Amino acid sequence: MLSRTADSLYWIARYMERAENLSRILRVTDRLSLMPTLAGTGSNEWHSTIVVSDCEEGFYEKYDEATAEHVISYLAFDPDNPSSIRSCIEAARRNARSVRTALTTEQWECLNTTWLEMSRMKESRLRGGGLHGFLDWVKERTLMFHGGTVATMLRRDSFHFMQLGTFIERGDNTARILDVKYHVLLPEHAEVGGGIDYYQWAAILRAVSGYRSYHALYHEGIKPWLVADFLIMREEMPRSLVACMGKVKECLDHLADEYGQRHESHRMAGRRYSQLRFGKVDDVFGQGLHLFLEQFIDQNNDLGAEISRSYLM
Amino acid sequence: MPEAKIGAIFDEMGLNDQECRRAYLGLRDWLNETPADILALRREEAETFFRKIGITFAVYGEGGDPERIIPFDIIPRILEAAEWRHITKGLTQRVRALNAFIADVYGPQDIVRAGLMPADQIILNDTYRHQMQGIKVPNGIYTHISGIDMVRVSAEEFYVLEDNVRTPSGVSYMLENREITMRLFPDLFSRHSVAPVDHYCAELLTTLSSVPPRHCDRDPTVVVMTPGIYNSAYYEHSFLADQMGVELVEGPDLYVKDDIVYMRTTQGPKRVDVIYRRVDDEFLDPLAFRADTALGVAGLMNAYRAGNVNLANAVGAGIADDKSTYTFVPAMIEFYLGEKPVLNNVPTFRCGEADDLKYVLERLDELVVKETHGSGGYGMLIGPKSTKAEREMFAARIKASPDKYIAQPTLALSTCPTFVNEGIAPRHVDLRPFVLAGKDIRVVPGGLTRVALTEGSLVVNSSQGGGTKDTWVLED
Repeated sequence: MLSRTADSLYWIARYMERAENLSRILRVTDRLSLMPTLAGTGSNEWHSTIVVSDCEEGFYEKYDEATAEHVISYLAFDPDNPSSIRSCIEAARRNARSVRTALTTEQWECLNTTWLEMSRMKESRLRGGGLHGFLDWVKERTLMFHGGTVATMLRRDSFHFMQLGTFIERGDNTARILDVKYHVLLPEHAEVGGGIDYYQWAAILRAVSGYRSYHALYHEGIKPWLVADFLIMREEMPRSLVACMGKVKECLDHLADEYGQRHESHRMAGRRYSQLRFGKVDDVFGQGLHLFLEQFIDQNNDLGAEISRSYLM
Repeated sequence: MPEAKIGAIFDEMGLNDQECRRAYLGLRDWLNETPADILALRREEAETFFRKIGITFAVYGEGGDPERIIPFDIIPRILEAAEWRHITKGLTQRVRALNAFIADVYGPQDIVRAGLMPADQIILNDTYRHQMQGIKVPNGIYTHISGIDMVRVSAEEFYVLEDNVRTPSGVSYMLENREITMRLFPDLFSRHSVAPVDHYCAELLTTLSSVPPRHCDRDPTVVVMTPGIYNSAYYEHSFLADQMGVELVEGPDLYVKDDIVYMRTTQGPKRVDVIYRRVDDEFLDPLAFRADTALGVAGLMNAYRAGNVNLANAVGAGIADDKSTYTFVPAMIEFYLGEKPVLNNVPTFRCGEADDLKYVLERLDELVVKETHGSGGYGMLIGPKSTKAEREMFAARIKASPDKYIAQPTLALSTCPTFVNEGIAPRHVDLRPFVLAGKDIRVVPGGLTRVALTEGSLVVNSSQGGGTKDTWVLED
């Protein structure tokens, strides 16, 4: 397969996954912003969203203040933001056009229709309670794309490159969603483990479609260390860091089998996976959750770059 | 000097109070049975289908949606087997002569020595590539894929309007239009015995594989090379690569090492033998042609010269489809093949010649004037439809550089029944069949019919509001 084709497939998957996760991040923020905040403490959820989405610089060039309207506009619709949902969908579709022959009809039609609908959408539909309808639409389209990929693609290199993109991106995004909690400070007088704290952790679980799964696994109330355990260490949870890394390793192994060649990226992925698979959540908290997540995001980036070196250039 | 004449308009079905022609009897009955609202519904379905699978062509820089759909007229155009045999014979002959001509241009130039063509016509031509002089191309084939534009003026008379031997496009429409007609109108289709076209891509691959470079003792690796997604024919490039099951590459996917062309793959470099390139000559190799381009591959021409890769069509083939060369094609057929042309040219005036120039300037209101290097229906004057101001502007331009213009009588192009807002009405059409030349010459029975959707209009180009039709060749 052409390296450029593999690269495009990888990025189509990453962009679609990113669009989905952006919609999840916006949903959690919107939910958090509905929480009662004590007068005078100010509300910082929208700013935190900009921080975890890694687009502080671009955002504050354009806006002075992180209001709900600004942030939603910037993350959902703004063509100037290369990581907005709209930009992601456009980039996925652009990449798809350049490698159409490597995609199945179902995948192409899904991407094409998604882009056509997105390009016709007016930003005004987000106002007046329209945000959730839009976020639902994004989730529906991206899930349809994943479903179409798994259901129709031949299991060979092209499929594995797409899966690599999906799971590298998903790992990164799950880490960022979890990190939202770090950036959203509790109001001054609220107690840790109290009502508001509880509500914030619950919002994070909901954002990763994990609220009911959490209860099914733990049979307990929402506890911060258990939520972290759930999103970092549990392989049953398909968006957890360990599950993502496991899939990355698996895809790389498939490619090594198919091509008869292993690269540095295989070693890196194996090592990262083992660290998560055999790690303990206590160690995470010992190190500090925020630091751990930052480190994970960096290492995940390095792995992505190494995969590029192995196959995509 | 040719004479300009205008006759009555010939409708291929017989819409202008003529009797319904035989090939169209089945269609006529079907149209009588089918209400207009069903046709309208089917037309909508067709558009949704084209949009959904993304068969678009790109028009940039004019505002509006850059990805446009070429309007598809749902009523097929129908040719009889005997008509098609005649056309095929003429096309095969013409492509043989064009190949012989290009080989001569980049070889001994016998046609100049024989006094049939002035040397300037070749060497001063923008499409002449001196880099090709002395290069031996596999099997002596320069134009592997040719799109020959034809028009019809009566039941018997077909003319060749222009030859396209650089990177002719449109074949994907021939194939997709057939797909959609079969899908939308199975009942109409099954009443006819229509010669299939869907083996075109298999024939194309056979053709390309039959001309491996000199140094290739394997089953040749064929690729399609595209300028990328912003090219107006990108859909077609990806369609053809897909149907042939070969890689669709862009310039940066390829590199040349020791005069051998490789593509970058996930498993390392892979050697490439035959490139069906849809990139223009000037952009192929920054070392040999324009240096300011990223579309090409540095060193490609050296690999070509060394016999390590073959290009289809050959570099420099454009010398044969230049509009000023066109007037020499009938002479070429006699010179190289010793045959009389089966298909005639449209009578053409060369403004570069004094007598012709005088005649043209006196009759601008009757003639069609074209730039010799223009394409896509731009830079063209249609005399009978022009305003005085336009004619004066063209007269000035022609006088300033007469060599750059040719003129032809305004032909009464045939019409075909077409589904427009007012119902079924005659609209002017042309025809582009595709000729494949490798070890042998093949013509798939069909082609791209373009239709001018505006009443009375003669401009069929998609860039100017033309549409397309499915083209049926009936079997005996």
